[in-house]
Amino acid sequence: MSIGLHKSEFSNPLVRWIDQRLPVFTMMQKEYGTFPTPRNFNYFWNFGALAMVTLMIMIATGIFLSMHYVANTNLAFDSVERIMRDVNSGWLIRYVHMNGASMFFIVVYIHIFRGMYYGSYKAPRELLWMLGVTIFLLMMATAFMGYVLPWGQMSFWGATVITNLFSAFPVVGNFIVELLWGGFSVDNATLNRFFSLHYLLPFVILGVVFLHVAALHITGSNNPLGIEPKGAQDTLPFHPYYTAKDSVGLVVYFIVFAGLVFFAPNYLGHADNYIPANPLVTPPHIVPEWYFLPYYAILRAVPDKLGGVLLMFGSILIWFVLPWLDRSPVRSMRFRPLARPFFLLWAVNFLVLLWVGAKPAEGTYVLIAQISTAYYFAYFLVVLPLLAKFERPLPLPESISRPVLGGGPLSMGAAAKPMEKA
Amino acid sequence: MADTAHAAPDGAPRRDFLKLVTGAFAAVGVGAIAWPFIASLQPAKDTLALASTDVDLAPITEGQAITVMWRGKPVFVRNRTAKEIEEARAVPVNSMPDPATDQSRVQKDEWLVLIGICTHLGCVPTGQKPTDTRGDYGGWFCPCHGSHYDSAGRIRKGPAPRNLDVPQYAFTSDTKIRIG
Repeated sequence: MSIGLHKSEFSNPLVRWIDQRLPVFTMMQKEYGTFPTPRNFNYFWNFGALAMVTLMIMIATGIFLSMHYVANTNLAFDSVERIMRDVNSGWLIRYVHMNGASMFFIVVYIHIFRGMYYGSYKAPRELLWMLGVTIFLLMMATAFMGYVLPWGQMSFWGATVITNLFSAFPVVGNFIVELLWGGFSVDNATLNRFFSLHYLLPFVILGVVFLHVAALHITGSNNPLGIEPKGAQDTLPFHPYYTAKDSVGLVVYFIVFAGLVFFAPNYLGHADNYIPANPLVTPPHIVPEWYFLPYYAILRAVPDKLGGVLLMFGSILIWFVLPWLDRSPVRSMRFRPLARPFFLLWAVNFLVLLWVGAKPAEGTYVLIAQISTAYYFAYFLVVLPLLAKFERPLPLPESISRPVLGGGPLSMGAAAKPMEKA
Repeated sequence: MADTAHAAPDGAPRRDFLKLVTGAFAAVGVGAIAWPFIASLQPAKDTLALASTDVDLAPITEGQAITVMWRGKPVFVRNRTAKEIEEARAVPVNSMPDPATDQSRVQKDEWLVLIGICTHLGCVPTGQKPTDTRGDYGGWFCPCHGSHYDSAGRIRKGPAPRNLDVPQYAFTSDTKIRIG
């Protein structure tokens, strides 16, 4: 064998020939075949793979939709209706893309919840977590711009309201807004650049996802106990154990997805978006897509333009520093008797914000939004830093395999037995 | 451990079976998903709805030709003179690259309807306007690679393999045709 070739362990001659020159097969085998994965995953650990699958579905359906869509204010709405009525299976591809956005957010919200509950953001996975927050921000931008493309009433007025958020910034506000618009209102130039960016950003997301996964494969996965695997007895090879477990989740996921697409395709949308955009008439009740409602509620809870915008952006940006706000060394909430209820309350509070964001901004709803906003930030800025000091966590298990394989308290003999790997 | 011991004797065929079932399930799924995507690339319903074109022949005088659009392609409609018809019928058919009688290419002697696309590589031949070059055989001439068509639209000289195609059409009245 000549020098410079990768030492391949594959026996198939073609695979071997390629692998020696470009060891992608070795890499796949290492990262997705034998990759040692904690043996105690629950179904919450499916959602990373589900998000990846959703991204693929969105890119595939999006590419095919873009073959029929026209990014022009005069033609956009009609071209979408043409996709629905005339293009073969166009209705299916559009409904999958449309509801795929909702499914993507559902999956990613559960993925983030998982990360927060089990402390997946803590050392050494801080960068992994921050890359995830970056993906989430890119997703929000992509989803927002995608919603503008059908050029219905909600598209237009959503675009107007969201781009106007940037006008809240002093001095540079108007400059930024005109830069986004390419004119003096949301118009053809805006639609064109949003289409361009809506096509571009998913591939940026794909790039950041690659970094996210690369970082994950350095630190390894967290697990429901939040303790590191201590050796081979604590892990399983990714294939076939987790490929199989992910497949089970995937089938359930597809059932839910298909139920939405085939039985309630417009359930999560707004009827107003089937009215062509009219720059002269604002619909009486403007609401963003459901996945933006919590932030929208925070925006409206503050009776000050700049303050509302800052808190809204801050509500996600604060996730970036979560690893440093929560200094408790215990990852999993299972062993944090105080943090656990506070966090679950925070999760319920997030749903309250989601609910109140869809309500009119008046009366009690404003008060509820304000209280919820206060708790949203208090959890990060007050509760977590204090708990890190005062909470007394429950004793952690000795290892992952012990509770899984059924064992009481560690006996003296077992404790003295050396682990296979440290 | 007890499970593994139990599975050992018939473990291999069982694993093969599971792999086969999973593989088949995935293959059918991928096929079912690919189908609508490929279907979406085929002509849409509004495109198919435009698949027929009506042409009024009344304004076309003898010796004149018009070009109409049908499915995004030019269709030549020529009102042939008696001389052109006679020329087209006088030629021995067997000497041609794509033998066809003039009668087989028209429904009414004077009206010749052709898809105006050279069968070589898809250029539009000249010969519709009185000032155009009509080639050596008084029909059409393709300037791209020099194919000569006669007054029945048959290839007589040059690289084109086939005569100009005759589209499906029908006379809806004495002076009207519907193409497609």
